[in-house]
Amino acid sequence: MATTDIHAHQDVHHHDDHGEHEHHETNFWRTYIFSEDHKVIAKQFLITGIFWALLGGTLSVIFRLQLGFPEMDLGWLKPVLGGWITPEGKLDPEFYLALVTMHGTIMVFFVLTAGLSGTFSNFLIPLQIGARDMASGFMNMLSYWFFFLSSVIMFTSLFLATGPASGGWTIYPPLSALPQAMSGSGLGMTLWLVAMALFIVSSLLGGINYITTVINMRTRGMSFTRMPLTIWAFFFTAIIGVLSFPVLFAAALLLIFDRSFGTSFYLSDIYIGGEALAHDGGSPILFQHLFWFLGHPEVYIVLLPALGLSSEIIATNARKPIFGYKAMIGSMLFIAILSFIVWAHHMFVTGMNPFLGSIFMLLTLIIAVPSAVKIFNYVTTLWKGNIRFTPAMLFSIGLVSFFLTGGITGIFLGNSAIDIQLHDTYFVVAHFHLVMGSASFFGMMAGVYHWFPKMFGRMMDNKLGYIHFWLTFVGVYLVFFPMHYIGIAGFPRRYYSWTNFETFSGFTDLNMLVSVAAIVTLSAQFIFLFNFFYSIFRGRLAPANPWQSNTLEWTTPRNPGHGNWVGEIPAVYRWPYDYSKPGAREDYIPQTIPYSETPESNLPHENELIKLESTSNGDGAIVVEGDKH
Amino acid sequence: MMSLIIFLGVVLILAIVFMIFRVSKLVSIAKGKSDDDRKGNSNKINASLFLVFMIGSLVWFFWYSFAHFDDYTLPIASEHGAITDNLFWITMGVTVVAFVIISIVMFIFIYQYQYREGQKAAYFPDSHVLELAWTIIPAIVLAVLIFTGLRAWNDITSPASKDAEMIEVIGQQFAWTVRYPGVKDKEFGVVNYKLIDNFGNEFGLDLTDKNSFDDFKSLELHLPVNKEILLKIRAKDVLHSVFLPHFRLKMDAVPGMPTQFKFKATKTTEQMRDELGDPNFNYEMACTEICGRGHFSMKMSVIVDDQETYERWKASQEAWLKQNPDYMKNVPVALKEAAMIKAGMQKDPGSTVAEVIE
Repeated sequence: MATTDIHAHQDVHHHDDHGEHEHHETNFWRTYIFSEDHKVIAKQFLITGIFWALLGGTLSVIFRLQLGFPEMDLGWLKPVLGGWITPEGKLDPEFYLALVTMHGTIMVFFVLTAGLSGTFSNFLIPLQIGARDMASGFMNMLSYWFFFLSSVIMFTSLFLATGPASGGWTIYPPLSALPQAMSGSGLGMTLWLVAMALFIVSSLLGGINYITTVINMRTRGMSFTRMPLTIWAFFFTAIIGVLSFPVLFAAALLLIFDRSFGTSFYLSDIYIGGEALAHDGGSPILFQHLFWFLGHPEVYIVLLPALGLSSEIIATNARKPIFGYKAMIGSMLFIAILSFIVWAHHMFVTGMNPFLGSIFMLLTLIIAVPSAVKIFNYVTTLWKGNIRFTPAMLFSIGLVSFFLTGGITGIFLGNSAIDIQLHDTYFVVAHFHLVMGSASFFGMMAGVYHWFPKMFGRMMDNKLGYIHFWLTFVGVYLVFFPMHYIGIAGFPRRYYSWTNFETFSGFTDLNMLVSVAAIVTLSAQFIFLFNFFYSIFRGRLAPANPWQSNTLEWTTPRNPGHGNWVGEIPAVYRWPYDYSKPGAREDYIPQTIPYSETPESNLPHENELIKLESTSNGDGAIVVEGDKH
Repeated sequence: MMSLIIFLGVVLILAIVFMIFRVSKLVSIAKGKSDDDRKGNSNKINASLFLVFMIGSLVWFFWYSFAHFDDYTLPIASEHGAITDNLFWITMGVTVVAFVIISIVMFIFIYQYQYREGQKAAYFPDSHVLELAWTIIPAIVLAVLIFTGLRAWNDITSPASKDAEMIEVIGQQFAWTVRYPGVKDKEFGVVNYKLIDNFGNEFGLDLTDKNSFDDFKSLELHLPVNKEILLKIRAKDVLHSVFLPHFRLKMDAVPGMPTQFKFKATKTTEQMRDELGDPNFNYEMACTEICGRGHFSMKMSVIVDDQETYERWKASQEAWLKQNPDYMKNVPVALKEAAMIKAGMQKDPGSTVAEVIE
């Protein structure tokens, strides 16, 4: 254990922390605002993410009111929405599109990318691999503040007289390129592009840091094959992000040129607002290719961290090693690679060459195999477990359930022939909200419940957690499951109302159910908010290792200071999933316990590792650690 | 006033809920209860709730899917629609079986292996046999689905035959227009977006091309039954998408890049009305690519006629040039007479002669 070594290696420790001492004595601003400490930055991402999640959720409830209760008088929203409520008390159709667009943008990027990866990659990577902080604390700080700046700009765009960006979160030109096409494509779109450019900067700064830290700063003994699956997931996520976000940046930059400098990358043959535009030779399809080259990997940027978090939580609470540790890593690697070569399945009916469609269909359906492996492995991990239903465990089980339900509909949509009918209907909405939106959101919630004791040194209330889970779990299913039926019936998405069409005149009952469920689900999040903020200040003090978990973060003090461990960073001797090992005294063996201390439970090949433990336990290794720092 | 009362009511309720929370918390602390819910009933309750959830939701799923089958399935009116729907239901069969089995197994495990005092979990970190099995089985099932899907996709997207009926659909904010090539030459006239104006030339017809003279415009999409149709699709301003739900047809309309979709309608509007027992039934066309404020209102009526009625309808339509005679000035002098004849603005002198001789 870390603390036992303090005296023996005090010199080393001082040498180690030389650089950090200045921070300990700095003021409020450097400790809580412009902090370079990964834990503080993680909390900053988390709180900002919670703010955005509430806003994104509220926007969705407003447009769900329109869809579920088309006759409703929304005049009472006038104090908030002002002119966006028509004199008849209806939502303005263009503002409806703005709501849909901003809901998508906020949820995908600001909540499930920054809020999820930003929080947990920052918080857990140094703690779980045994590092004092990120490779570059300064870059990490910049990462948050670029995100903050991006957030401020995106938030500001909500208050423009012409409205925020309204062309869908995919911002397909020419709609997004031409202010005469819709008012949201004016200043709102400009701010959207600027905000996203800053967001990409933030994401790259973060991602490079995560990759560098994982590769270079693992503690002694923490080989790649001993890393928790969370770290593997964050590692792959960061790589995907670093490779794909620059492409979105390029796409956005070209769009900015088309909008402001008269170029024609995406525009051609356009007659709008009574005049033929001079743009010639561009292709709107080019934008879609560039956008989805990020857009599809983005799905996995959102999902993989959630899968990583839940793998760790499920193993801990089932008191079993995660089934198929290497298969889990392999499937994540395979998913990460495939995620780059399936993007055009979003474009089967855009007029793209049909042959390209068949190639992308093939690649897309292959991705179902590693996904299926992950689900089977989760289920097998539960088999013969001794399951503790902590709130984190409940949310992780919810994640697996959503991943299954939503993933299976991907087999329909990935099939280009079937996709002809389903494309851009509510079937797609149901699919991605379950598999990517809800699954990732549940992963994030699971992470908050599980690592709250480490973040704030206190426990959240379990009972409130249960209520929060059940309302949200059932609520999410009631919101998104009925959408499958609505989608099979052909209802197109992003429709303000369906009453113009006889074909889409049904399902007022289901739409009402969905809207009511959405309101209930959003309300249930206030239980979480109360629990979260109340527990920060008044929660029960957390024990050192509240979940009897194996990973390194639980060897730190209750409220780890800057540098995480007092004294030497503990060394790692085993993989993180030695739960319920036959012969062991307890049902868990932390990674810091050497095999030499557990002869009763060692497997034959592990006994041979004991020799290596003693040789690598010298001072030399510690000096190396110090140099690294 | 009312809203103030509601607001105060909500505040009061929240305050009461908070007090209950505080009191129960303090009582539990005073009783010396730990928060370790494994020892209490919470673990059992959560495990049971999962089982209840699984049974309840599966029952609801099957009940709704069967009871409301006709509500959420649209009748099929095209040849390839029967194929893609078939694929859809095959995939549905395969995936629902997998879904139900995995769900039941998972939730039963969750219930069965809930925490029990003194119980120890199995140490079961991997099994190559199992892992191989559930890599290979999904791979085989998916391969079958992929190949059936590929075959259907290749057929649907293969080139249309030469004598397919060509109809052009044009999307603009926020309406569709349809152009037919005319009964005389059966060829579309050349269009150029720079020729579009607000006074009538909404197609951007280039009147120096003689094929444009008998093109005609329609605000309804008329289709012949049982004949291959090639929809030529383009957009004037932003992206749109042609969606004919009953025909299982969808294709984006892209400015600057004409697209197309070939299909064969199998049921006339009348046949479909009889089949559904709904005399007011109409086929409709919608837009499925977000295109702005009026996206949700881009509707066009679609009428499928039998071959004869369709030809009669086409013959009865006035050429665009006849409806917009001002544009005669754009027709080159040498072609003016041919234009007048083709557009039906003046009788074909040749045919008059022929009649006389007869």
